Amino acid sequence: MSARTGHRSGSDNQRSNSNVNRLTAENVTLAYDQRVIAEKLSVEIPDNSFTVIVGPNACGKSTLLRALSRMLKPSQGRVLLDGSVIQSMPAKQVARTLGLLPQSSIAPDGITVGDLVGRGRYPHQGILRQWSTEDERVVQESMAQTGIAELADRYVDELSGGQRQRVWIAMALAQQTPLLLLDEPTTYLDIQHQIDVLDLCAELHEEQGRTLVAVLHDLNHAARYATHLIALRDGQVIAEGAPKDIVTADLVERVFGLRCQVIDDPETGTPLVVPAARKGRTKPVDAAVTGAS
Amino acid sequence: MKSGKTAKTGETAKTGETGKAVRILKSNRAVRSPGGLSLRLDVRAVVVVVLLLLLALAASVLLIGTGDFDIPAADVLKTLVGQGNAGQEFIVNELRLPRVLVGLLVGAALGVGGALFQAISRNPLGSPDVLGLGQGATAGALVMIVLFSGSSAQVTVGALVGGLVTGLAIYLLAWKRGVHGYRLVLVGIGVSAIVTAVNGYLLTRADIVDASRAVVWMTGSLNGRDWDQVWPLLALCAVLVPLVLTNGRALRMMEMGDDVSYALGVRVERVRALLMVAAVLLTAAATAAAGPVSFVALTAPQLARRLTRSPGPNLLPSLCMGAALLVSADWISQRVFGADQLPVGVVTGVLGGVYLLWLLVTERKAGRI
Repeated sequence: MSARTGHRSGSDNQRSNSNVNRLTAENVTLAYDQRVIAEKLSVEIPDNSFTVIVGPNACGKSTLLRALSRMLKPSQGRVLLDGSVIQSMPAKQVARTLGLLPQSSIAPDGITVGDLVGRGRYPHQGILRQWSTEDERVVQESMAQTGIAELADRYVDELSGGQRQRVWIAMALAQQTPLLLLDEPTTYLDIQHQIDVLDLCAELHEEQGRTLVAVLHDLNHAARYATHLIALRDGQVIAEGAPKDIVTADLVERVFGLRCQVIDDPETGTPLVVPAARKGRTKPVDAAVTGAS
Repeated sequence: MKSGKTAKTGETAKTGETGKAVRILKSNRAVRSPGGLSLRLDVRAVVVVVLLLLLALAASVLLIGTGDFDIPAADVLKTLVGQGNAGQEFIVNELRLPRVLVGLLVGAALGVGGALFQAISRNPLGSPDVLGLGQGATAGALVMIVLFSGSSAQVTVGALVGGLVTGLAIYLLAWKRGVHGYRLVLVGIGVSAIVTAVNGYLLTRADIVDASRAVVWMTGSLNGRDWDQVWPLLALCAVLVPLVLTNGRALRMMEMGDDVSYALGVRVERVRALLMVAAVLLTAAATAAAGPVSFVALTAPQLARRLTRSPGPNLLPSLCMGAALLVSADWISQRVFGADQLPVGVVTGVLGGVYLLWLLVTERKAGRI
């Protein structure tokens, strides 16, 4: 901790020298009260990657994301951000490094788009620094990047689901964090808006060099957009790596209990999972899938 | 794709946007000093606060002038700055000013306490009235009145303790990996029902003198309040109000849900515990000083919010609204029904009840209930 209190370039050098990724979970046991979700789980988020976590329902993928974003304190093991245990760091300092777009977000009644996006600046503000020109600039930029600049004066309640998700992403962008975690950012969106949001994520990753970690339900979306894929089942990492290297029919069956073919996506060449026809799936579906919801 | 276009043009898009001067914050102004300090001012909210303060002040002057011996407003002002005659000075400074100050402080404490509870529970019904804090304070007061025939100071202490114990009980019962809105409201309603039953039982045990004293206390009244009530309440407000206001920005973030605010660097559970303790103290102290004046805590934040038209807890506007509301209600009750005839709680109850119905009807139209 003390080694990292110096100015930013110092810790950057240290990081590039030591070649350790900024965000890692070491042997974490994750549990809600008595219910253990994952035991001795270790995960590294490669710097500058677009990491996607996939797995069947209740496999612990959202729980892992919560632990990585310090929403959930591991009962054992530790989550490290830039070498420090994330819980021991000042809350606002973490919030300037690591952003999270959770599933449960509430747009306050009667709030405008600009006001909501502006709230992403909170970790950069203080009682005597409530709204600087820098805040103003970053908020404008975040809204421009997400294509919602024209909506600045509109009320969030009036927007469509896709627009609203863009507003929340803009808020997370305004936080200006090099790491951004997204918990199922495409849920409840139609296919066009799902792709829209994922394109936006890819753009943030490619053009701004942000490290993105997302939990996604759709394996094909994950395979197409991720640069690094983590496949979880029952709180264990079954496989991780580039989608091209790890997504096989065998892996899908092991992780999801689903028979399928994996072919090349005609558009992008990434793996495309095609579930086997009903007749082809004679093997009984196993417990992990029936237990899901 | 839209975003693709804007990102490609990077820098130009940025300057284009600022060139157009899109206003990010409606009706907000940033005040900045060369040293890098900046304050964010919601112009409309500032205007609302100033107007409410003027209203509270005007109602206070009128209220001081009202009673068995009416004093014109001009004379009241003269006396307050020390230019009145001896008779007026006694009536104004010794009899009526402390009563008005208690009214202002109680209203302010209830207004800001209500705003805190409603923001923490994310529910307009999550106010201390509904959660049973008023009933808890009443129980404390009734125990003192009925079981011990206590002095008025003892009744005040009893009410304070009753309110604090109820607040603590609600917090502990509602706590399950953090306190959440609905659970807080439901637990509060449950506790309120239990304490109301206890209060009913205590009243049946009382003899007629104690019972009538208890009923007057339970309605909420400013009659006979003097400087002894002003000082403790003023001291408490002087400590808690600044503390609460400095946490207002964190509370504003918490409106968006625990996860979002936590991600933004708010220590959610700590801020919530701190603000709940402050809110319980403020409401309990206000109730101890004036009895459970109904509906001020429920209505003041909602009215303030509708006036400022701004999201967020609206703490300062709610505080001013509470003070203005209570003193105005007291003035109305004195004017219409004569001096000390009708406790202020009856007026706020009627006003608040009408307002609550209106709120429920409009919320239902908006599809929120």
